[in-house]
Formats: sequence, structure tokens, C-alpha cells
Amino acid sequence: MIAAAARRPPGEGKLLVLRADGQIDHARRGAWIEHLQHGDLVVANDAGTLPASLRGLHRRSGAAIEVRLAGHRRRDPFDVTELRALVFGDGDFRTPTEARVPPPPLMRGDRLELGPLLAVVLGTLGHPRLVALRFEGTATSIWEGIARHGRPVQYAHVPHPLEPWDVATPIAGLPVAFEAPSAGFILDWRTLGRLVERGIDFATITHAAGLSSTGDVDLDRRLPFDEAYRIPQRTAQLIARVRQNGGRIVAIGTTVVRALEHASTSAGGVSAGAGLATQRIGGHTRLWVVDALVSGTHEAGTSHFEMLRAFAEDATLYRAGAALDRYGYRTHEFGDSMLVERSRLGRSRGTAPRIAA
Amino acid sequence: MNTHHHHGIGRRLENMRVAVTGGSAGLGLALVAELRANGASVAFVARTRADVERVARQHGACGIVGDVAKKADIHPIALQIIGALGGLDVLVNNASSLGPVPLALLGDTDCEDFAQALETNLLGPFRLTKALLGPLSASARSGKSATVINVSSDAARTAYAGWGAYGASKAALDLMSRVWSEEMTQWGVRFLSLDPGDMDTRLHALAVPDADRESLRHPDEVARDWVSRLVVAWRDPRAAREAQASSA
Repeated sequence: MIAAAARRPPGEGKLLVLRADGQIDHARRGAWIEHLQHGDLVVANDAGTLPASLRGLHRRSGAAIEVRLAGHRRRDPFDVTELRALVFGDGDFRTPTEARVPPPPLMRGDRLELGPLLAVVLGTLGHPRLVALRFEGTATSIWEGIARHGRPVQYAHVPHPLEPWDVATPIAGLPVAFEAPSAGFILDWRTLGRLVERGIDFATITHAAGLSSTGDVDLDRRLPFDEAYRIPQRTAQLIARVRQNGGRIVAIGTTVVRALEHASTSAGGVSAGAGLATQRIGGHTRLWVVDALVSGTHEAGTSHFEMLRAFAEDATLYRAGAALDRYGYRTHEFGDSMLVERSRLGRSRGTAPRIAA
Repeated sequence: MNTHHHHGIGRRLENMRVAVTGGSAGLGLALVAELRANGASVAFVARTRADVERVARQHGACGIVGDVAKKADIHPIALQIIGALGGLDVLVNNASSLGPVPLALLGDTDCEDFAQALETNLLGPFRLTKALLGPLSASARSGKSATVINVSSDAARTAYAGWGAYGASKAALDLMSRVWSEEMTQWGVRFLSLDPGDMDTRLHALAVPDADRESLRHPDEVARDWVSRLVVAWRDPRAAREAQASSA
């Protein structure tokens, strides 16, 4: 399989549908829109993905490093001057993230030479491989350096290096995400046209998705980091109208759920404008805006999986997990998909289930 | 900054974000100047760093070094455009290659020169438009007049001896513009294929070294023309969209 084949055409692959009544259906991935209804609204994250992997040198020790840009430090997702980043020692994506060698000890003031970019470590952030750093130069020169030297974050399960176009969704716009909002790979322009033909509206938000996993158990427990988002006026207006008319809000990806729920108002709508999503969504969370989620399949213990617990009972998710295993669903960024409707059942919960463990 | 000198029109395109390829000379440079004079935010692309830096300084635009004919340059170019402008309302695919220089009969044209014309005039605009379709459609969703301008030529419609590679690439670009238009009109992104006519530019001098320069249009005149079309659409995006839909 070549890299391009890692990301399949949106029509290929499998879809597990978890209905509001707890029933499980299996379908072709391309059939997800058959499960929507006239009057629903599909909301996707149109963030583009930064080529967040930067190779270079830790100047004080001379050690080879890989820096993975992981999140913004400032509220403005367009500010690339100061960022959070993970630092790895030598090695590449063929080594699973959790097996990568640590970087040399990082200290405030250390200089990192990353191709044409020069960065200064501002300090570690509670973990030896998580740092705040500042790039030197003008915004123009920093964008040029990231654009020319940065590579997409790679995955050990994809045998060949991913190219920038492999991690761009068809609607990708502002480059503010650090990892692709991969649920958006289910979209293409033909599908968007079919939505409109069926009387289903389409809207976007822009959510600066951070890294989804760091390969470090302690760090992963802190995910997701705070993430900046922006909700256009038109999207807020459509949500209000669709809800008033009894339609459903269908989120493409967990980032959309996080942004819309963070911006939710007591009236069940969302506020337009910029925000910083700080909350975690899990079994305890009451959803105010989103009625269904289209997403990849996620393993128990990840923040993505925790979010599913806001949509469905643990017992239902346990059955879904068993079905994913039994039917050989692929569970990574370029894998199969799930459509999870918000449950209409009671909200009794047991212990955390495991999905495709 | 060399702006605001044209008849007090410095604000007509305020908040419009425009990218121009081939922006360091000829029509591209004239467009950068005219767009800046009208208050637009402009990023432009050209191959030579010294030229890029000079034009960027002179016109207060963001200069990007890159070659639209190279596949590997497209995503870095697109990222820098969006990084500089924070979005995109108008893309002008202006960079062009003649193919063989001096112009050659098809029977004398090297395949590599023909391929170069296609890479620059057809595949480059396709790739860059595709890479920027997200920001352009986001602009349209927000109610603005999102527009892609592809630079055409009468060599796309008339068979002139010696213009085979260039003409064929521009004919294909014209058809591609029409298909884009057919597909993207419902999403509010307009595609225009505009023929500037014979202009007094470096490209024209390479093609027709002994031309009577007096008979050629000045690129500044064409740029003023095209920018006033953009002004009309910017003021009334809905009318521009309806015009596009009825012509599609």
C-alpha cells in the first residue's frame, strides 16, 4: 500500500451506525448520508493541518531531535510565534511514538535549529518532552519556514511517509490544526452536493485540533489541550434555524462536538465568534447542541472515546466495541467510521467499556 | 508604500484577500500594484527571491518564493498564502509559460517544453486552486464574492503557427475553468477566464521579439480593468453570483 492509499476514497470502508435506540447497523462508509434526514445540518471542521513535524538539532548538546508542534500558546490560533511542542530524540515515524527515545534534557533558553527555523525553549510544561517555544523572525519568515521544512505528523501504522495532500481534507482552510481533523476525510465535494440535494444543509467551524496522542501515558492523560475555535455567524444562524425546525445537528468529528458544546447557549444554540475550548467531554457531560457524531472508531482510554460516552450508554458502547472487533473494523486516523446518534435511552452507566482494545 | 496614488480609490477593496501567481513582472505585477492601491491584502508568488523581496517591499504585499509548475511547491505556497492573509477571497492564476522559447512549430517542439507549458499553465492552476478550495469556499459561505481568475489568451481559441504548446495549454485551462464553474457555482465560488489581449510584457517580448510595442496594451490598463470588475462583485456578491449562475 502506498501512502495515498492509506487515506481511502470517502466511499470505501465500513461504517458502524449506533442508533439512538441502541440498535447497531453496519453499512458502507459512503452510505453515512443515508442515515441523515431532510432538515438536518452537517457541521464539519474546516481547519487545515500544519506540517507540524520539524527535524533538527538541539544546539547545546548537538543531538538530533524531532519537534512536533502540538498546540497554540496564545488564544489567537493564527499566532505561530509561540507554540507548545513535543520533542523527541533521534528516530522517525517507523518507531511507534511510545517507543521513541527521549530528547536531551531541555532547559529554558536552549536553542533549536529546525531547518531554516530557529526556536528558543521558553520552558518545559510539566513534562520533560513538552515545551513552550518561541520562533525567531517575522510571521512571514516563520510561515515560510514551517511551510518549506515542516512535514505532516507521521503514523507508525502507515508504511510510507504522508505527504501534505494526504492530510488535507477537501474543505481544509486555515492551517490551525496540528493533526488532521481526520473525520473530515469522509467528505468530498460530490457528497456535499448530495447533502444539499437531499435538503441537508452544510456548515463549518474552524477548530485548532491539537495532537491526539503523545505516546506518553502521563501526557496523554492531559489531552486534549485547550483548543481555539471560531464559529462563523452563518453556522450559528443555521444551527438556530435547524433546531427550531426540529432538524438534527450532525457533527463531523470530535473537534466539532467540542467547539459547538463549548459555545452552546442556554437556549440550545451556539454563540458565533472565537472561543477557547477547555472542557473535557465524557460520560458525565450533557450534550446541548450535537445530536449525532460521525467519527473514526476510537479505542477505550483515548479522549475521543471518552467523548462517545456522552452520546451513548456504556453498555451500548460495549456492544459496539464487540461489533467493531468481530467485523474487523480499522481503528486509526485513516480507518473505518462510526455514526453515533445521541441516545434516547436512560443514562445508566456501568464501568468503562473497551472498544476494539 | 506605493499605494493610494490612484484617484482616491484606496479603500474600495478593503478586507479583500487576494493571491496572485507570477506577481513579480508583467500583468501579475500590475495586478499586485492595482490591488494594493485599492486597499486589498495581497500575497503573490514568483520564482526569484530577489524579485519577490523587491516587489513585496515596494507594494506592501506578502511575497512568496515558489514555482507553481512544481507539484512539491504547491502546498507550501498555499500554506504561506493563508498564513499571510488569514483566508482567501480571490485567486489569480496568472503565472504562464510559453513552452519553447523562441516559439517553435509543433514539429520542432521538444516534449519537455510542451510539458513545461502544461505544468505551468494547466496543472499548476489546477493544483493551487484545489489546495485553496477550502479557504475560497469558506469565503463564499461567509457571503463574500469568492473568485478564481484564470488568465486566458486568444491563442486558446485560434490556431496560430508556433503557439501550439501555449495555445493547447490555455485551451485546456479555459475548459477547466468552465468545468470548475459548473461544479462550484452552487458553492458560491466564481471562476472567470479572462483574456488580457496582447500586452507589452516580458512574456510577449520573448514570443514576438520584433512586435510594435506601441500597438500593445499596457498591463496597468488591463489590471485597472480587471480590478474594477472585482470591485463591482465585492460590493454586490449576490448579483455577481447570479450573473455567474445564469452564464453557467
